[in-house]
Amino acid sequence: MNLTLKIWRQKGPNDKGQMVDYKVTDISEHMSFLEMMDVLNEQLVNAGEEPVAFDHDCREGICGMCSMYINGEAHGPDRGITTCQLHMRMFKDGDTITIEPFRANAFPVIKDLVVDRMAFERIQQAGGFISVNTSGNTQDANSIPISKHAADQAMDAATCIGCGACVATCKNSSAMLFVSAKVSQYALLPQGQVEATDRVLNMVAQMDLEGFGNCTNTGACEIECPKGISLENIARMNRELMKASVK
Amino acid sequence: MATLDSKVPKGPLKDKWTTYKDKINLVNPANKRHIDIIVIGTGLAGGSAAATLAELGYNVKAFAYQDSPRRAHSIAAQGGINAAKNYQGDGDSNYRLFYDTVKGGDYRSREANVYRLAEVSGNIIDQCVAQGVPFARDYGGLLDNRSFGGVLVSRTFYAKGQTGQQLLLGAYSAMNRQIARGKITMHNRHEMLDVVIVDGKARGIIARNLITGEIERHSAHAVVVASGGYGNVYFLSTNAMGSNATAAWKIHKKGAYFANPCYTQIHPTCIPRSGDYQSKLTLMSESLRNDGRIWVPKSMEDVMAIREGSKKPTDLSEEERDYYLERRYPAFGNLVPRDVASRAAKERCDVGYGVNATGEAVYLDFKSAINRYGKEQALLHGDRNPSEAKIIELGEKVIEEKYGNLFQMYEKIVDENPYKTPMMIYPATHYTMGGVWVDYNLMTTVPGLYCIGEANFSDHGANRLGASALMQGLADGYFVLPYTIGDYLADDIRTGEISTDTAEFEQAEKAVKERLDFFINNKGTHSVDYFHKKLGKVMWDKVGMARNEKHLKEAISEIKEIREDFWKNVKVPGTLNEFNQELEKAGRVADFLELGELFALDALNRKESCGGHFREESVEQDGPQKGEALRDDVNYKYVAAWEYKGEPSEAILHKEELEFNDIELKTRSYK
Repeated sequence: MNLTLKIWRQKGPNDKGQMVDYKVTDISEHMSFLEMMDVLNEQLVNAGEEPVAFDHDCREGICGMCSMYINGEAHGPDRGITTCQLHMRMFKDGDTITIEPFRANAFPVIKDLVVDRMAFERIQQAGGFISVNTSGNTQDANSIPISKHAADQAMDAATCIGCGACVATCKNSSAMLFVSAKVSQYALLPQGQVEATDRVLNMVAQMDLEGFGNCTNTGACEIECPKGISLENIARMNRELMKASVK
Repeated sequence: MATLDSKVPKGPLKDKWTTYKDKINLVNPANKRHIDIIVIGTGLAGGSAAATLAELGYNVKAFAYQDSPRRAHSIAAQGGINAAKNYQGDGDSNYRLFYDTVKGGDYRSREANVYRLAEVSGNIIDQCVAQGVPFARDYGGLLDNRSFGGVLVSRTFYAKGQTGQQLLLGAYSAMNRQIARGKITMHNRHEMLDVVIVDGKARGIIARNLITGEIERHSAHAVVVASGGYGNVYFLSTNAMGSNATAAWKIHKKGAYFANPCYTQIHPTCIPRSGDYQSKLTLMSESLRNDGRIWVPKSMEDVMAIREGSKKPTDLSEEERDYYLERRYPAFGNLVPRDVASRAAKERCDVGYGVNATGEAVYLDFKSAINRYGKEQALLHGDRNPSEAKIIELGEKVIEEKYGNLFQMYEKIVDENPYKTPMMIYPATHYTMGGVWVDYNLMTTVPGLYCIGEANFSDHGANRLGASALMQGLADGYFVLPYTIGDYLADDIRTGEISTDTAEFEQAEKAVKERLDFFINNKGTHSVDYFHKKLGKVMWDKVGMARNEKHLKEAISEIKEIREDFWKNVKVPGTLNEFNQELEKAGRVADFLELGELFALDALNRKESCGGHFREESVEQDGPQKGEALRDDVNYKYVAAWEYKGEPSEAILHKEELEFNDIELKTRSYK
């Protein structure tokens, strides 16, 4: 198929940036979206032009590196996938595809479609851990039984890949789904209880400091999340925050 | 040829590590504050090492080419992590895990290292649970286990199909705690481009800030390389796009020997290539072979009809199908080890029976399993005379519960429903057992330079068992390196901070800059990927699943030609001082073009077949094993460690003879 691509080009953080049109031809429907981008870049390199910078790594939907906003949707027009898992069969011959970086104040553009997600790192550093040193003599792994239900729920929250689709999708650029996934994972496990109060207070404080917006329960983040992280986690985080605030 | 000192402690196998740890030199906590350690890579090995070293009190400088430690490719591991906990009471023990690993590796690993790995495996699970890793549990709230290939016990711990992700996020959380305390300085989007050696010791690195393009000097008292494997030398592999051998190759060029590069694992169940544009291959978990039957059509007419689309695989009757693994290996059938299954698929496709347009695909069929489970479920529901449709409906439900996420992933990529038509699979490069040579302390042949995880060669011999990579990465990082490195650093407590303002740093930086300048200024004719794909094709065709002398010799000269062409005609757009992904790739492919040649040279030298390394000249000539891999313990029971001498072809071979005192050498048989 033949396609027109409208791509956001921005040389650096201080450049103004603009949409630029490109044409690609003979694109197979079996290609992944990023393979289509590879074809474009090979074309640009051969023509002596600068290829489009975009983040990507594992190309199997788990590293969380890829981050495009395609036709107005984070990770494009399919559900439960990242951009690298999007295939060209979702598009038709002659289509025009708009490709932008994830947009949020807290995610400044580095170049073209690449954004800086260090804000997520700082939130995790503020409390996304359990304070246990490596020693070789922590208690036996089976000494505290954890109900299957709680373990499964903790796992569901822990599958967050930290891509930032929730932020890019939210009209408030809220990071609540991302932060609540970590808070929930630990809140559901006995190992996480000791530091629960500090964790939620510190992570939320850092989230606010980074300039992410608040949650207004639209639920768009849950729909666009490639891992289906549930909105229930935000409710759980709010309960944890409430508990912590009155302690 | 010199011999290498592995520094394995004396004494009985079971006491070596404990006794050694009791006597090792320690650094006092006040002195640790004055010692810096650089860690390259933040996957399971690098991440866990960085966190543990920082907890101990060292100042850690960690480097990752991605924008966060959480993105390292350990994240993509699916199946699980082995540990000799014996929670199932099925007779597991440290010795059994040790035995299975050495045997699975076709007797080409170092006994003492593997035993230590088994010994600390249980601690890994304890540590991860304490960190909040949500492993799968049973209804009693205790940890669940599953089985993996090549073993007789259930010792694999897992978190759905995302065990690597959860373990990495555990190590990442431990790192974050130390980053917050200032004990780890994290350098994201940085790539190590050389190691700096001062007075014979590793004292720092030259790195490029991938956002600004700035070249930076970083010093330390020791350098730890945990940069993963070199599978991308094949261009197409299950590795991440950015996975590269540059850190490992740079230290090799500065004196670290490179061991057994020819030991590479080709995983049998991956989604086949669909066209020339393909950028990577996706793994389908080994667990699928528990219920899937592998076949190709018996007649060439059916193959052609399927390729043309005039027949569907479901049109073929049982008699028209060749279940070649069941035919060749009646005892193990579809559950033969990875290397055997991969070679058998290649054999069928080489003689023309491949079932897709590229001729490189075989079927993995769940129809029998769906029928079997369906009948069983019908009986359980009290239906003694179920209709065909009912059986299929019930059977598909069972398959969905077991493998739902994998089936969904397959459908997204291939656009076919694997419940209704068999999956197409083909082997793909997955893991590299070879790597930088290290001694028992995980130190390379350069003092103060360590190598851990997949980047080193140590524990898996010539073939790795499923769910053992995660175990080794975390064992090295959490429980081995943080202790052994103290023994070396105990001599450095009076050294003080290492200056980067010296001739050695100057020189290393200059060489790095010259190379980068070359790429930018060389207005060539072809993109970096053009050369990478050419290299990959030679590697796959001639240094792939089955190797022979003629092809290996051709590969060596062809790789050299591609390399020469690359240095003349490579084209890298953009400038040095900016975010430039083509420039990053150019450096990595330049290193693969050298590594690939050494890889072929090592394969040529090893005239035996063992594990993932199969030489067509070395097969059983008769008897029940006729045609199977033939190991040669008389001539090749050694680790081949190569010393760099300018060109890959001039590399000097050093041998570490392997001793097997606690295990009897046997032939693996799966007939």
